[in-house]
Amino acid sequence: MSKFKKKTGTSQDIPTSALPDIIFMLLFFFMVTTVLRETDLLVEQKIPAATQLQKLEKKSLVSYLYIGKPKNAALYGTEPRIQANDAIISVDDIFRWVTEEKDKLSEIERDQITISLKVDQEVKMGPITDVQMELREANARKVLYASIKKVDL
Amino acid sequence: MAKGKNRMSAEVNAGSMADIAFLLLIFFLVTTTIASDKGITMLLPPKPDENTPPPEVDKNARNIFKVQINSADQLLVEDEPLEDVEEISVMAKEFILNFGRPDEANQALFNSLPASLRAQALRADNSSDHPGEAVVSFKTDRGTSYELYLQVLDEIKKAYFEIYGERVGLSADEYRALSTRNPGERELIDRGKENIPMNISIAEPSKAGGN
Repeated sequence: MSKFKKKTGTSQDIPTSALPDIIFMLLFFFMVTTVLRETDLLVEQKIPAATQLQKLEKKSLVSYLYIGKPKNAALYGTEPRIQANDAIISVDDIFRWVTEEKDKLSEIERDQITISLKVDQEVKMGPITDVQMELREANARKVLYASIKKVDL
Repeated sequence: MAKGKNRMSAEVNAGSMADIAFLLLIFFLVTTTIASDKGITMLLPPKPDENTPPPEVDKNARNIFKVQINSADQLLVEDEPLEDVEEISVMAKEFILNFGRPDEANQALFNSLPASLRAQALRADNSSDHPGEAVVSFKTDRGTSYELYLQVLDEIKKAYFEIYGERVGLSADEYRALSTRNPGERELIDRGKENIPMNISIAEPSKAGGN
């Protein structure tokens, strides 16, 4: 009765030749979505957490101000400083900085500029108030206090 | 002519390709920080005009919900000391929805609210007249820590978002996730906050204990 002999010749291997393609696909996904940090942080940044976060709809309208204790205390001291783009600036320079940032936008979008304040949680309200006064002066009234999602324990 | 050894396989060994790709993949996985532009939004008041004197505040004290923080990070809410920051959102919500003396338009607003929100109206005499009139005033000191400032602002926003969300049958989280780009969601957003403005007034901080 060996007419229906069992075929034992099946290969036990899983074909893995498509594996590199799959991995490459994932790789390209991550390469494309990765944004390398464009500015070097000169101030300490430990962003406080909050719950009522809102997402910004249009990223091109956002400019960032970093406020915190300088990492290089020998150069900039220990008091909280403001960093815009790649340099430490003083409060008086904010007006000019906002004007420059506004110039980068098209005319209709100029009034919608949003300043994202990335403030270290150790900072006191004093410097922040000074910054906000300057922003009001420069007519950049939309402000975002950057924060991360609070995790409920 | 002697034939060369062309019996050898002409394929490139691609077995290690996956390993190389994995290595790169792990590198990018580790270095990626998905940029998040999230935070608490605020609209600063317009810059003061020198020619016009600051407007007289003729609001009744009952229409102002006062939150103050001193330079030692101690809270004063409605002139009473408060320990727990998280109570602020409950108190603020009660204050906004009080409907003490609504005029005709706001009585209509009250009637349009869902029953769950209407039930929260305490109609107390010493609290806000109606949501349009209610203002949450928030005053800090120059020495107040930013962390606490943000926590309190977070609580005040929470009170408003809970009201907005409840009005359209969503939770506060779902309401905040709505996008203005989607017309259907945009309509929900507008319906949620219609006639209940988010009146948060941030007073200029006092000078004590700061730098």
